[in-house]
Amino acid sequence: MHEMSLCESVLQIIEQQAKAQQFAKVKTVWLEIGALSGVEPEAMHFSFEVVMQGSLAEQAKLEIIEVPGLAWCLPCSCEVLVQQLYDECPHCGSHQLQIVGGDQMRIKELEVE
Amino acid sequence: MCGVCGCGEGPIHSHDEPHDHEHAHDHSHDHGHHHHEHSAEHSHAPGLTQARMVQIEQDILAKNNRYADENRRYFSERGMLALNLVSSPGSGKTTLLTETILRLKDELSIAVIEGDQQTARDADRIRATGVPALQINTGKGCHLDAHRVGHGLESLNLPEHSLLFIENVGNLVCPSAFDLGEAHKVVILSVTEGEDKPIKYPDMFHAADLMILNKTDLLPYLDFDSAQCISYAKQVNPRIKVLSLSAKTGEGMENWLIWLRAEMALQRIAYA
Ligand SMILES: Nc1nc2c(ncn2[C@@H]2O[C@H](COP(=O)(O)OP(=O)(O)O)[C@@H](O)[C@H]2O)c(=O)[nH]1
Ligand SMILES: [Mg+2]
Ligand SMILES: [Zn+2]
Ligand SMILES: [Zn+2]
Ligand SMILES: [Zn+2]
Ligand SMILES: [Zn+2]
Repeated sequence: MHEMSLCESVLQIIEQQAKAQQFAKVKTVWLEIGALSGVEPEAMHFSFEVVMQGSLAEQAKLEIIEVPGLAWCLPCSCEVLVQQLYDECPHCGSHQLQIVGGDQMRIKELEVE
Repeated sequence: MCGVCGCGEGPIHSHDEPHDHEHAHDHSHDHGHHHHEHSAEHSHAPGLTQARMVQIEQDILAKNNRYADENRRYFSERGMLALNLVSSPGSGKTTLLTETILRLKDELSIAVIEGDQQTARDADRIRATGVPALQINTGKGCHLDAHRVGHGLESLNLPEHSLLFIENVGNLVCPSAFDLGEAHKVVILSVTEGEDKPIKYPDMFHAADLMILNKTDLLPYLDFDSAQCISYAKQVNPRIKVLSLSAKTGEGMENWLIWLRAEMALQRIAYA
């Protein structure tokens, strides 16, 4: 469900760019998806296919660049890698973590013609 | 005319899909046209294919975020407090709202935007308390987006210093990603749901500033571990504040009313 509406937003951006940058067909779409963004890459691939049907990106290949989750641990004053929003600091076990990266969902670039 | 997106439609035009705009139609026509030309080019002169890269570097939800910023400006210019209420279906959002409105409507101007996939039942329940309510049916959509809320604001035309509750579609997943321009997301969890909801749906509890643990009147009949639940919520979001209450019996409601009054007061500050 969630991935469906995200793919609809991706299509909107592509359609907007098609006009601005003069292209008619999209061959590849690169998305940058953070591990903490709540987006399931597998569900994203499935929705992408469904949503792009009948659009200028119908034949497009979806490439997902997965970005690891990064948090700032307050007690340790250092950056740590996290897999989940509820992870604890691997050094000190604290949950006083501030997410500093890996929560993005961005459309990075397109291969078009 | 749409003051939010300039989409040229009336104040409450209903978009079946968030992208169902006049511009979308333009695009598909254009695209069909170009596409056709291009594929012709292909078959006759394959050497001329010009594949190229286009840098985008845009947040997927950039458009929603722009509408959310518009809404936020609207709220701050009018000293309004907007709260986005999110939960699973049936946790008691509408009940909490009607009970809250009955206690506050003599001192505050209140309104509600109700998001549901179907029916206007919840808006009717709110209107029965005597305050304005607008129902937004999302159809297949499982969340409210900032664009539709913006149109809702136009049609509600609320007085300054109003308190606006936005009851989102019952769903603990995607409303977390869609900023509506609210001051706070408030997540409601009922004690009948199981204490591990915060770690099962971490995004929502991470995005919320306040969690309301509702239906505490049922605690004697359940083996719900409140302390464990609150600890899970803080694990996901160390800054989250938690209130326990029963919208049905009114137990614990006073703290919620104090929080609302305090947040209303903060909206009156004119920051430089
Ligand atoms: N026992 C009990 N039931 C409640 C409480 N709050 C709501 N309910 C009931 O829970 C059901 C769903 O409530 P509703 O407000 O429609 O939930 P919503 O889907 O989140 O808007 C209704 O039958 C309510 O009467 C509460 O504090 N205690
Ligand atoms: Mg409801
Ligand atoms: Zn640490
Ligand atoms: Zn509009
Ligand atoms: Zn519109
Ligand atoms: Zn949704």
